[in-house]
Amino acid sequence: MSSTASKKNSRKGGASPYFPKGRQVEPEALEQVRALLGDAPRRRDLLIEHLHRIQDRFGHLSAAHLAALAEEMRLAMTEVYEVATFYAHFDVVMEDETPPPALTIRVCDSLTCEMMGAQELLSSLGNHYAGRVRVIRAPCMGRCETAPVAEVGHHHVTGATLEKVCAAADDGHTHPVNPEHIGFDAYRAEGGYDLLTACLDGKKTPDELIGILSDAGLRGLGGAGFPTGQKWKIVRGYTGPRLMAVNADEGEPGTFKDRVYMERDPHRFLEGMLIAAWVVEATDIYIYLRDEYPGLREVLAGEIAKAEAMLEDGGLNKATNIHLRRGAGAYICGEESAMIESIEGKRGLPRHRPPYVAEVGLFDRPTLVQNVETLFWLRDIIESPEWFTDEGRNGRQGLRSFSVSGRVKEPGVKLAPAGITVRELIDEFCGGMADGHKFKGYLPGGASGGILPASMSDIPLDFGTLEEHGCFIGSAAVVILSDKDSAKDAALNLMRFFEDESCGQCTPCRVGTEKAVALMAEKEWDEALLGDLSQAMTDASICGLGQAAANPLKMVLAHFRDDLICK
Amino acid sequence: MNDKIKFTLNGDEVEAAKGETIWQVAKRLGVEIPHLCYTPKPGYRADGNCRACMVEIEGERVLAASCIRTPTDGMTVLSASERAKSARDMVFEMLVADQPKKAQAHEPDSAFWQWAGALGVETSRLPAREAPTPDISHPAMAVNLDACIHCNLCVRACREVQVNDVIGMAGRGHGAKIVFDMGDPMGNSTCVACGECVQACPTGALMPATMVDSKGVYKGDADKQVETLCPYCGVGCQVTFHVKDDAILFVEGRDGPANENRLCVKGRFGFDYTKHAHRLMKPLIRKDGVAKDGQEKLDPANPLTHFREATWEEALDKAADGLKTILERDGGDALAGFGSAKGSNEEAYMVQKLVRQGFGTNNVDHCTRLCHASSVAALMEGINSGAVTAPFTAAADAEVIIVIGARPEHNHPVAATFLKNAAKAGKRLIIIDPRRQDLSRLAEHHLQFKPGTDVALLNAMIHTIIEEGLTDDQYIQGYTEGFEALKESIKAFPPEKMAAVCGIDADTIRTVARTYASAERSIIFWGMGISQHVHGTDNARCLIALSMITGHVGRPGTGLHPLRGQNNVQGASDAGLIPWVYPDYKSVEDDETRGVYEDLWGRDLDRKKGLTVVEIMDNVHAGVIKGMYIMGENPAMSDPDVGHARDGLAKLEHLVVQDLFLTETAAFADVVLPASAFPEKTGTFTNTNRQVQLARPALALPGDTRQDWWIIQEIANRLGLGWTYTEPKDVFAEMRQTMKSFTGITWERLEAENSVTYPCDNEDVPGHDVIFGDGFPTASGRAQLVPAAVTPPDELPDDDYPLVLTTGRMLEHWHTGAMTRRAATLDALEPVAVASLHPAQMDMLGISAGDTVKVQSRRGTIDIAIRADRDVPEGMVFIPFCFNEAAANLLTNPQLDPYGKIPEFKFCAVRVEAQGQIKAAE
Repeated sequence: MSSTASKKNSRKGGASPYFPKGRQVEPEALEQVRALLGDAPRRRDLLIEHLHRIQDRFGHLSAAHLAALAEEMRLAMTEVYEVATFYAHFDVVMEDETPPPALTIRVCDSLTCEMMGAQELLSSLGNHYAGRVRVIRAPCMGRCETAPVAEVGHHHVTGATLEKVCAAADDGHTHPVNPEHIGFDAYRAEGGYDLLTACLDGKKTPDELIGILSDAGLRGLGGAGFPTGQKWKIVRGYTGPRLMAVNADEGEPGTFKDRVYMERDPHRFLEGMLIAAWVVEATDIYIYLRDEYPGLREVLAGEIAKAEAMLEDGGLNKATNIHLRRGAGAYICGEESAMIESIEGKRGLPRHRPPYVAEVGLFDRPTLVQNVETLFWLRDIIESPEWFTDEGRNGRQGLRSFSVSGRVKEPGVKLAPAGITVRELIDEFCGGMADGHKFKGYLPGGASGGILPASMSDIPLDFGTLEEHGCFIGSAAVVILSDKDSAKDAALNLMRFFEDESCGQCTPCRVGTEKAVALMAEKEWDEALLGDLSQAMTDASICGLGQAAANPLKMVLAHFRDDLICK
Repeated sequence: MNDKIKFTLNGDEVEAAKGETIWQVAKRLGVEIPHLCYTPKPGYRADGNCRACMVEIEGERVLAASCIRTPTDGMTVLSASERAKSARDMVFEMLVADQPKKAQAHEPDSAFWQWAGALGVETSRLPAREAPTPDISHPAMAVNLDACIHCNLCVRACREVQVNDVIGMAGRGHGAKIVFDMGDPMGNSTCVACGECVQACPTGALMPATMVDSKGVYKGDADKQVETLCPYCGVGCQVTFHVKDDAILFVEGRDGPANENRLCVKGRFGFDYTKHAHRLMKPLIRKDGVAKDGQEKLDPANPLTHFREATWEEALDKAADGLKTILERDGGDALAGFGSAKGSNEEAYMVQKLVRQGFGTNNVDHCTRLCHASSVAALMEGINSGAVTAPFTAAADAEVIIVIGARPEHNHPVAATFLKNAAKAGKRLIIIDPRRQDLSRLAEHHLQFKPGTDVALLNAMIHTIIEEGLTDDQYIQGYTEGFEALKESIKAFPPEKMAAVCGIDADTIRTVARTYASAERSIIFWGMGISQHVHGTDNARCLIALSMITGHVGRPGTGLHPLRGQNNVQGASDAGLIPWVYPDYKSVEDDETRGVYEDLWGRDLDRKKGLTVVEIMDNVHAGVIKGMYIMGENPAMSDPDVGHARDGLAKLEHLVVQDLFLTETAAFADVVLPASAFPEKTGTFTNTNRQVQLARPALALPGDTRQDWWIIQEIANRLGLGWTYTEPKDVFAEMRQTMKSFTGITWERLEAENSVTYPCDNEDVPGHDVIFGDGFPTASGRAQLVPAAVTPPDELPDDDYPLVLTTGRMLEHWHTGAMTRRAATLDALEPVAVASLHPAQMDMLGISAGDTVKVQSRRGTIDIAIRADRDVPEGMVFIPFCFNEAAANLLTNPQLDPYGKIPEFKFCAVRVEAQGQIKAAE
């Protein structure tokens, strides 16, 4: 034995026996992490926030910092690593790897931007910088009305060209530009927060508000369309303490309405949020804002502070704390249960239902989850329901905010009557088709809502009207395709998006999207196999991402056969 | 009230219990639904990710995963509809696409391939992804992620079942992958090689390295499976040996009460020691004229330098004759015997019987003396029972768990998993130990107090509880005596005064005391950090007092649990391998008990207490003891001040050693008898939870080795004892005649049930897990509270020897290393003798990790390499005692606890010097 021992001086695999097993925490890295975190709590749910601090400060997440963070937060290294590697905006750099260049340019390659030349921009930027600047693709940045879009550092360049992007990069314009917005004083001056004050003062009752919303027929505008009043009632029915989470992770390609509303009038959104929190008696509100909106985050942080100060001055803020949380580049976190996981500091894996988040949500407590736009309209609807209910077309009632992009003359957020057809939307709200483009088809609900041909342009656009055609309206992100666009290419672009954004939890979505991309990239499509694959994805995926991922594929097979060669 | 849920499954009206899933109902009713990421084994949560078990539920838009979905009243479920079947088939087709072909599969018998075969989906139309490269960095496990289906069973195995928190699922989407720590090679990660992941993996992506060839291809099935036990620690895991060609191919955990299928690295990968080249195959007799020298080291690979081979007849005659000569010349008190806590209950009983009946002395002891003797002394004094009051699995029912003076993740790894499960489930874990440990991460508090100041700290906690009125007065009144004296004596120990002594601030002491006392249910676990001190008994008295004054005993989730060290230290102690008691702790000084054994064994027995391990060695030096019989113990490594012990062994006129190898102790023998290894024998073993369990033989005895029970009987009969046991079962039957603790526990019952807890009322009912709910087996029925005085460690650091040495075990190496250092995987994982120091201490000493240093105490010097370990506090050195090339016990202090006679292994003064700066020897 002594003879055996003297032969060896290392463990098999090369690990040194002169240290405990595994990577050791480096004292300097630990000091840096401690300094960076300061007095911030080391709670698990703040893991993503803390990873942002390190990424922001050092430009990447080194193995040494991750190990130090794990120790500081009393987490296992793998718990930190798996979260860090789940989100696209974290750059994990191991000991044997080179950190990325100081500056990163992200080019959006989601459908609208790709139609507007993202791939050319991506390759020309890559050639131009030849590794001096990191140039990478990224999914939808929520600025589709100004496609193509690139992000230089944290500065978004709209209508991006090689020249514009290079100018920003070379001049050091890497910080977000804070949007012009209605500030606290202006909002207050026109009666803002009077409704909230009335609620907090007991001049309104929760039941009264629930009644108004139910009568007005307000539904969740994030995409699911669940009646808002009913949701409040359900959440109120569960034993407290209750929480609220605001889904500001607007990631569905083609969707940008929430950004536009928050950028324009943040307090209208915040007041709606506080009213909803008051109704369900939420002790804490978590706003989950996607990381693609850095300017907006600064604005919101400032305006939230003002709203809180007002409430505190009025002695009203005892009940609800507001937490602004930052996403980190993951479409799936727009799915409400994945968002909840992410707020808890974990990977964004959707949960199984039942139980529903209204009952077992954030930190396993009953949770009201609302989309930004739903909250944005609360004040207006409660103050004057007719403003909302008087609208509607083709037998539908209310207003919908369509994020229109693609081949129209005037893309943007269009507040239009529910039930409007795409034809009416293009002609009446978007100034018609773009010059030189002939209407070929449209996506009624972003990447997952399917694709319909121009021949089906008379369907009222609203919740429940598109399902019989294999589509849905979702977040009302309407992307218009023209004769210059290939439906097959569009479907492949969307499937690639889902492949990239699948959380990887369940087989049909993780493997299905990957195999579908491989099959769809072929010149000839194996229709039978793609059919079987899509059916399994639709039937057997855990969440809406996998269940809807095959929608564009199915629709292209159904309606755009001229664009295809099938086996 | 009927809370059954009624629903329809494939057209049949069926019922589900609350919480029962569709899959479980289907399984119960014989409806097979495929499953990959779900395993119906204890500890594994359904995750519903693989989608192999999809069923159709009427009225729902999409299919549901039956493994995670519970039915509701009136639900209509179709498990065999076309839609459900085609989704399941497609899931398999997707997964098969990325697998190695079945012909090249790492494990063609895996659950995955079995289901794929059953569904007829063994090929795929889909294109394959690029296969990941194999990871063969770990000595024990092969990682072939080309077979990974991302079911995350290994993640749950590592994070939720064993809570080692090494495996993660990194990345996302199709880029998601199983990682160790931060994407590190498994062999370089913090993996502790419990192998739970290997046992859980349904595809062969993670396998025992022994099951595949160098190309990762399956070697073939085992010939047989044997249900037995793990031979290492006191946890008592049940295992299945998969045997091929009379060798253990791989090991799986069984669903025993102490392990629920779990194992640790030793229990899973530590069995090839039985086939090691050093294994003694023939009896050995010391060559004529070869003297014994306490300093000499013998090469265990080559015993023939000092010994010659002999027949059993000759060796046994010589062994017995030597003992007989001394017995007849000097009387029984000139002899002593050591039994082993690694042997079976039957072997322990036979050894003590041999010594008492054959030698006529009570000089019989074993290594309990070196581990928990003081705990047992305090427990016997306090509650007249030396065993645990509750199993370690009771942690699940506790609110507060104190772990003091123990590193269960290293020394009781599977017990630790249950503590970690409890901590993750929100139970409040408090660790009290001068060294940090992995468990500390999950603890609410880790009190890193100054070594040797246990009583000051614990008395300050007792002071707080009494002063702040947190006692359970009704319990104190009903079930204890001596409270007033305790109350009086504890006044001298306010936390504010003790803080300076123990190094923990008064607020923290008070907080922890309140936490423990105020909870509804609190439990205390302790290890040798408590017992191995000159004040070990006082340490344990404090723990007993803590539990008694708060009434935290005798109810679920409460109790006192000294984590017993060796696999059968509980059973060997119960069997009477202790110098002052017969089986079941009956005093040798008690005339009635002695009478029972005199009748049973047919001779007059020694009326006085015998000598303990360290005392025996002192008496060898004093020339009183001249002959010894040592079965399966290694005092030449395990005794304190082992240089002194070795000199003693060398001085013996006649030494018989019965063991597997030429151990450091056997090197001093006159006769060495080659014995049986655990996987070769039958017997009962009693674990730390008081669970009596049956071991069954899996391997044939190699060479000319013999069963231990047979060897002991042959010696006994050569001393004229006339024993006639034909198998261990006969011994067990004799033990049951006098041992009340075996009531209700028959050999046949153990064969049928594998494990029965004592005490047990009768053969038809389970034993009692949690005991003393209604008083104690003392004369008064009450627990005796005994105040503890502060005694400093015997040898405090000074200018010459400024550091505190503490000793113990490491995860991979068992006790003196005789077995584990001959187990290839374990030795590959921890190949080098190391002394652990805090990096800051190393800086002060001017040494770096990997440097060889001299560690010196007043008793000895060793050369040893340095490990930088932040768990060790500054001012301390930790050295495991398993390394014969740098035996820690050459340094340790043999001073004894006055009650338990246990040496102070956990504290002596040393100095550490880099090579080249060694001080002149004293």
